[in-house]
Formats: sequence, C-alpha cells, structure tokens
Amino acid sequence: MSTPIDYLLHLADNAVVLGQRNAEWCGHGPILEEDMALANVSLDLIGQARLLYQRAAELMGGDATEDKLAYFRGPHEFRNYTLLELPHHGALVGYAAADRDYATTIVRNFLYSALMVHVWDGLQQSADPSLAAIAAKSLKETSYHLHHSRDWLVRMGDGTEESHARAQAAVNHLMPYTEEFWTTSPAEGAAVAAKVAIDVWALRPAWDALVNDALAEATLTRPNFHGYVTEGKVGLHSEHLSYLLGEMQGLARAHPGATW
Amino acid sequence: MYTQAMDIPDDSGKKLAAVSNAPSDREAAFEARIDADGRIEPQDWMPEAYRRTLVRQISQHAHSEIVGMLPEGNWISRAPSLKRKAILIAKVQDEGGHGLYLYSAAETLGTSRDQMLEGLHSGKAKYSSIFNYPTLNWADVGVIGWLVDGAAIMNQVPLCRCSYGPYARAMVRVCKEESFHQRQGYEALLVMMKGTDEQRAMVQDAVNRYWWKCLAMFGPPDADSPHSAQGMRWGIKRISNDDLRQKFIDATVPQAKVLGVTLPDPDLKWNEARGHYDYGQIDWAEFWNTVEGNGPCNKERLATRVKAHNDGQWVRDAAQAYARKQKERALKEAA
Repeated sequence: MSTPIDYLLHLADNAVVLGQRNAEWCGHGPILEEDMALANVSLDLIGQARLLYQRAAELMGGDATEDKLAYFRGPHEFRNYTLLELPHHGALVGYAAADRDYATTIVRNFLYSALMVHVWDGLQQSADPSLAAIAAKSLKETSYHLHHSRDWLVRMGDGTEESHARAQAAVNHLMPYTEEFWTTSPAEGAAVAAKVAIDVWALRPAWDALVNDALAEATLTRPNFHGYVTEGKVGLHSEHLSYLLGEMQGLARAHPGATW
Repeated sequence: MYTQAMDIPDDSGKKLAAVSNAPSDREAAFEARIDADGRIEPQDWMPEAYRRTLVRQISQHAHSEIVGMLPEGNWISRAPSLKRKAILIAKVQDEGGHGLYLYSAAETLGTSRDQMLEGLHSGKAKYSSIFNYPTLNWADVGVIGWLVDGAAIMNQVPLCRCSYGPYARAMVRVCKEESFHQRQGYEALLVMMKGTDEQRAMVQDAVNRYWWKCLAMFGPPDADSPHSAQGMRWGIKRISNDDLRQKFIDATVPQAKVLGVTLPDPDLKWNEARGHYDYGQIDWAEFWNTVEGNGPCNKERLATRVKAHNDGQWVRDAAQAYARKQKERALKEAA
C-alpha cells in the first residue's frame, strides 16, 4: 500500500517550517542553555522533515528529492499548519517588523508538540512501515520538545507578572490557530482511509487534557474560540509563509541544479 | 571555533588584581608543580596573576565561541539544502556548548558567568577578532570550518596540556568537535569545487577574504606578544604565535591545492632551506584596528549579544521567580 503523498508532505512541511522558525533563535536565546535547547529542537524537526520528504520523494519517483520538495515548491504548495509559520511575536501583518518574543515560541512549541506526541504515537501503527519507523523516532524527540516547552510554559505562567502577561498573550494569540488541527483535509482523509494516518479528531480529548492541565499549572486561562479557522494544511496560508520560504529557498533557487 | 592567540590584553581582569599574601612555601609548591608539568586544580593555591591570566584567557575563549555563533548563524536560515542546514545548526550549537564548558571552567576560578558576560557586554573583554568580519556568501560557512576552525585547532591542541586542569579537560572535548567541524567544512568546499563555476567562485571569494584574517588569528609576532613569555612559563601557552602560524600555513597549503583554490599571497612559496613555506606580510595595523573595535562588524556583533541578553532578562527572571515559589511551596508543605 502506498502512503498518500500529500499527507507525508503535510507532516514534512510542518516539521521544516517549525524547524526553520526555531532556528531563528540560534545566537539570540535568552540564556545560552536555551539557545542550545532550541537549536536541538530545530535539528530534530529538520531531521524529521528530511526523512518524511525522502519517503515522499521515493514514492513520487522520477527526479523528486528531499531538497526539491523543500526548496522548489511555492507557499501555495506547502501543507503545514498556519500556526507553525507565524513569526515569534503577536499578531502583525507579514511585512511588519517586531522583536522575537520567547513566550510566543514556547507556547507554539507546546501546542504543537502536545498534538504531535499523540500523532506520532498513533502513526507507529501506520500501514506504511517507513512512516511507522519515522513516527517511532519522532515520538522520542517530540516527547522531549513537549517536556521542554511545558516546563517553560509553567515557569512563565507562574513566574513574574511580566512573564505571566506575556505567556497569556501568547496563548490568546496562538490558541485559535490550533482549531486547524481538528478539521480534516482531503490529504488526511485519504491517508486515514488507507490506514496510513490516524484520525486526528480522535486525539482531541487527549490534547485538551494535556493543554488544560499545563495551563492550569501555569495559572493561565484558555481563551474561548470564535472566528476564522486557518487552512494552511490545504495550501491557504498566512502572509508570513512566503517570507519564511523566500529566505529559506532563495540561495537554492538561485542555483538550480547545483549540488551542495 | 575560537579565537586568536589568547594573549590579547583587555581590561576584564583589572578588578581581580590583588597582591598575594601567600606564604612562600605555597608559591614554591605551585612553581614545583608547574616545573614538573603537573596540573593545577581549582582548590589548589595559585598566584593571583596566574588566576587573572586564566580568567582573561578562558573568558576570551568562551566569548569567542558565543560571538562566533553569529557569523555562521547568519546562514542557517538560507542553507541551500536540508542536510547542510542540519550540519550548520549542529555546528553552531556545538560552539554554544564550547562556550558553556569554558564559562564553567572559568567559574572554577571564582568568576561568575554574569561577571564574564558583563565584561563582554561592556566592551572590556575581548573575543576573537575573526568574528568581526562578515559572512558574505554560503562558502564562508565552509571556509570558516576549514580555515578558522583549522587555525583554532592549531591553537587549541596544545591547550589540552595546559597547566590548569579544568581548562585542559574542556579543551580535549572542544578539540575533538573542532576537528570534526574542520573536516565538515572542507568536505562542503570540496563538493562546491566540483560544482558550477558560480560555486567555485564563491569558494575562492571566501578564501580570499578569510586567508589573511586566519593568519592573524595566531596573534601578534612573538617579538610583540606581551603575555607570551609568562604564559609559557606557567604552562598556559605551549607554542609561540609564530610557530603555530607557520605550522598552520604548512598544513594548509597542500589542502588548498587538493581543493583547487588559490591562497591570496604572491609571496607564499616553499623554502627548502627552512623546510617551511615563506609567506607575505600580515596587515597588523588592520588587525589591531579591528581588535580595538573598528572592524566591519564589531558593533553589530556586540550589540546583538547585548540585545539577546537584555531581551532575555524577563525569561531568566521568570525562571528564578518560579524556582523561588517552588521552594517556598516545598517548605510550606514540609512544615
């Protein structure tokens, strides 16, 4: 049985986009230990992306490679959650400039890894043995990412007045984007039907419990959701993704066909 | 990665200046240990000047690792393949790790990381001047691995035998990782040299810009090196600046040939009588001008470190406040 390729690309794009974002902290972290921790998270995510793109390229055949998939597809072809492409600060338009905010980084890593520990756990039973193997490896890494981000979420929420306010603002800003987790894209639907993927909707109670428990310990409030459900995973992104990809892909695209 | 010969004077150690009242038998024991090529450990008595020199040297080294994350970090977001991106992130992360070991080694001498960072941020403490030059194309990443890390290894391998135990032990691990970086950098350049004309031009451009800066990394000529003699006496420095520089040049010329790049020095040629390569004049005026803060990137590098530290204050405060609360809760529960 072949894995629906679009689903692999969804997983890979998630990983590469968040990996790219986390790496932006390299050299700029709030303390040296955190600089290294985020570089580590980023490395794990880039590693996951590589394995997933390699598997997708293998299934696509022809001249597909991991780098062609990462570097030579445009924003409308990317299938990542919108949450993951946002810059490390509050709500601003694509060409606005603002300082990186560590609370935004941590809250996002927490919300995503709280989902992915369950997704990777389920995917260990995927009908696609390659994906199952990638899931087993990724689960270990993502458990660490969850541990790291949850610890900091609690420290920030239950730290100082300023850190509490920043963490709450980040939760308020980012939580609405998690609604995208619970819709079903055609790629996810096809992968679930092929028993390659698991139904993410079924993970919602477990994710809710993890998130609510951490927010309570952090003395933070979960905002009510109302509004627009983002659709990055079907290729309809925020203004931010094309900047991220422009930077990431520019050099590779200036030298098409070159080997690095 | 790391630093020029770490005997560049700076102001960071002045506060530590103190006259030793130690009895002369302690001093004699210290000298005897040094003479016997033994190790000095944190709990051992040591002359204040030895302690001060080490703090200056190790903190300069640590700062170099941390500031050195910036020029290479400059290319992480734009690395042209996912494999190279992962290699670069891992490398820059290693440099951060070296900074951590080295700050820890310096802390064993009674200076806190905060004090050392204050020295860096106020401009009193120096770091390797090589990081005050910009990384202008992707090949700079490979060239920094090959030449800058290569020069660093030449400087650092002797430090694995440094008389101060914690520094020597930190250097063993640092050197292993640096050797790996050097090979990775060289390999990346080999791939580019087998690629397109544009890729080869990038490599040559990067070599042209970095070659002379790397030679200067070994520090001023022995005749002008203010701390070298005492450093040698104390077993903190093992090989002179000029000897290390020559060793580096002799090792690098054949590597450049294999790579297919030209080293930008018309005077570079084998001297049969000396058994070494002769080389041209290093521009020491430019070197000192950069060390003094007037290079192309000094202000950006330092301001970026200061900004990261200041922007991170609330995060560090949060961690401390939370730890305090947890401790209070534990005490309350125990009561």
